[in-house]
Amino acid sequence: MISVTEEEVAIDPADYAQAKINKSLSSKDKIGLLREMLRIRRFEQVSLKFYNQGVMGGFLHLYIGQEAVAVGTISLMGDNDHIITAYRDHGHALAVGMSMNECMAELLGKATGCSRGKGGSMHYFAPDKNYWGGHGIVGGQTPLGLGLAYALKYKGLKGCCFCYMGDGAVNQGAYHESLNLAALWKLPVVYVIENNKYSMGTTIDRSSAMRNCLAERADGYGIVWDIANGEDLYEVRAKAHNALERAHKHSLPTVLEIDTYRYYGHSVADANAKKYRSPEEIERYKAHHDPLRLWEKRLVDEGVMTVEEIEKLDESIKDEANAAAQFALDSEFPAPETIFEDVYWEVDNNTESGSTGRHFFGD
Amino acid sequence: MPQITYRKAINDALAEEIIRDENVVIIGEEVARYNGAYKVTEGLWERFGDKRVVDAPISEAGFIGMGVGASMLGIRPVMELMFWSFAYVAWDQIINNAGQVRYMSGGLINCPIVIRGPANGGTNVGATHSHTPENFIANTPGLKVVCPATAYDAKGLMKAAIRDNDPVCVMENTLLYGETWEVPDEEYVIPLGVADIKREGTDISFIAHGRAVITALKAAEILAAEHGIQAEVLDLRSIRPLDEEAILKTVAKTHRVVLVDENKPFCGVSSQIAAMIQEQAFDDLDAPVQRVCSLDAPAIYSPALEKIQLPTPDRVVYKALQIL
Repeated sequence: MISVTEEEVAIDPADYAQAKINKSLSSKDKIGLLREMLRIRRFEQVSLKFYNQGVMGGFLHLYIGQEAVAVGTISLMGDNDHIITAYRDHGHALAVGMSMNECMAELLGKATGCSRGKGGSMHYFAPDKNYWGGHGIVGGQTPLGLGLAYALKYKGLKGCCFCYMGDGAVNQGAYHESLNLAALWKLPVVYVIENNKYSMGTTIDRSSAMRNCLAERADGYGIVWDIANGEDLYEVRAKAHNALERAHKHSLPTVLEIDTYRYYGHSVADANAKKYRSPEEIERYKAHHDPLRLWEKRLVDEGVMTVEEIEKLDESIKDEANAAAQFALDSEFPAPETIFEDVYWEVDNNTESGSTGRHFFGD
Repeated sequence: MPQITYRKAINDALAEEIIRDENVVIIGEEVARYNGAYKVTEGLWERFGDKRVVDAPISEAGFIGMGVGASMLGIRPVMELMFWSFAYVAWDQIINNAGQVRYMSGGLINCPIVIRGPANGGTNVGATHSHTPENFIANTPGLKVVCPATAYDAKGLMKAAIRDNDPVCVMENTLLYGETWEVPDEEYVIPLGVADIKREGTDISFIAHGRAVITALKAAEILAAEHGIQAEVLDLRSIRPLDEEAILKTVAKTHRVVLVDENKPFCGVSSQIAAMIQEQAFDDLDAPVQRVCSLDAPAIYSPALEKIQLPTPDRVVYKALQIL
């Protein structure tokens, strides 16, 4: 490691709840974190029903089991902090505050979807909430995240980009090129490797050469790295906060590998989801390592919420998800003429540049 | 009017846009301290410093993708590819990210990025360094592509490309960098999607883009001198958007067309133009549309053969005479 910030030293590894960034959380904040994790889980459970009923098309990559990663990291974001992720993107979208309505409608390809039905499950966007997608090609978003960080530094803003990726993406060349550039130009980017242990059906030991962990490869570029336990919201926040501070104060990158687990297959269409790993393994994670249940237990133990209050909150979020499902079903499909919208900014905005020459061909 | 090189015209366009807009930044391999592999960015680093002119390591996917990401937040990066042939290692960033992110976000995002560099054969560097990917780029809705043939056009189109709010790919030509044309001192911008008649004629139309325009002009001189035939030369300048009106107008005027195109013939730019002419101007034609493209094999190294692999004035003259 090339630098250790003060905050890092301050963390007691035995109890991340005592980290400064977590001690400052009010009861309301803690309940808010639970609400965001519940929103992700309930939203996705409804979307899974849609998928199984054939109401939606394409792929559906579920985030269930990984909720603490998105919620913990995104809860740290300030006005000039931005995020970008890959195709398992519902969790990040909901955590930045996107509505279930626009997200559900997008799954169904409706005009009311966040991308007007043009992106689908893998391509959610909300630039107004500093959320830059939602990207379908493994590792393809890693240079984009670097670019967001470059823009922040260029403009002299004290900000950071959390660029999320899966453990499968660490073997893409674009990621390594990005690490080199991030270190070379001291860019405020945090690569968050959400290590759910399987790149589709291939285990880490069959896909990635490493000494101890994936983040350690950052050593080769002189980038500070860390690992975090993704089932513990406090730990995720404490370690991500260190990375954020490094970006804000020193304009330096970090690679943060967060150990996590997905309960469903790579996508719902993953026919081998229970073949490349045992049902017992999945059950073990659900029973003992579920970030949501563990956070609920924390809140009860800390006296922040009662079990009844949690159930009540959960019911209200189920209602939100069911209402979003109805909203999506009731929404209209986009009109055929919208196929040619959102291709060129200059055409959409009817500018002079958008009106010279022909932009679209065929009939 | 001052005579300046194609290279200097682009250099002037870049300098003027750096001064005009604080968000314009030049990024690429050897663009700063080395002054550019082809000296297009000569002197810019000295004038504008580290922030505005940035040397990138050899990581096209990384730095082009970085430029795309920065453009989403309002930076206007002008990315140099030492050769457009090197774009192939950055293809995902150019096609999927620069080209599709606006659409997939339902119009929430735009990428005001320029990707520029030479895209031509004819310099004895073999197949991997001689690609002409304007047809690939033009095949991707969301991207724009321009191919200037003269210094005047290179400057005006480059300025339009930098000011455009969509991703624009500017394909230059190393064989033209040292050629000179008249370029006024006064500021001007050439809109994308507006073709230009480089030579008036009445008997036949040559339609071309990039250096093929120069080839077509030479062929036109030969036809005039040796056969008394007046060929019109239409320079497309911009492939997408495309000035279809100008194409149809020259076809209606001369009724005979030879398309001159340094692309390979299969699915090249001229394939699209030919299809468009037969769909929309069939009745105006007095003869089948002819094409002169690069010969359909990878770019050969051997200097003697490479000269004839690219369209030559003689091949254009030959095709023209067949339909006159």
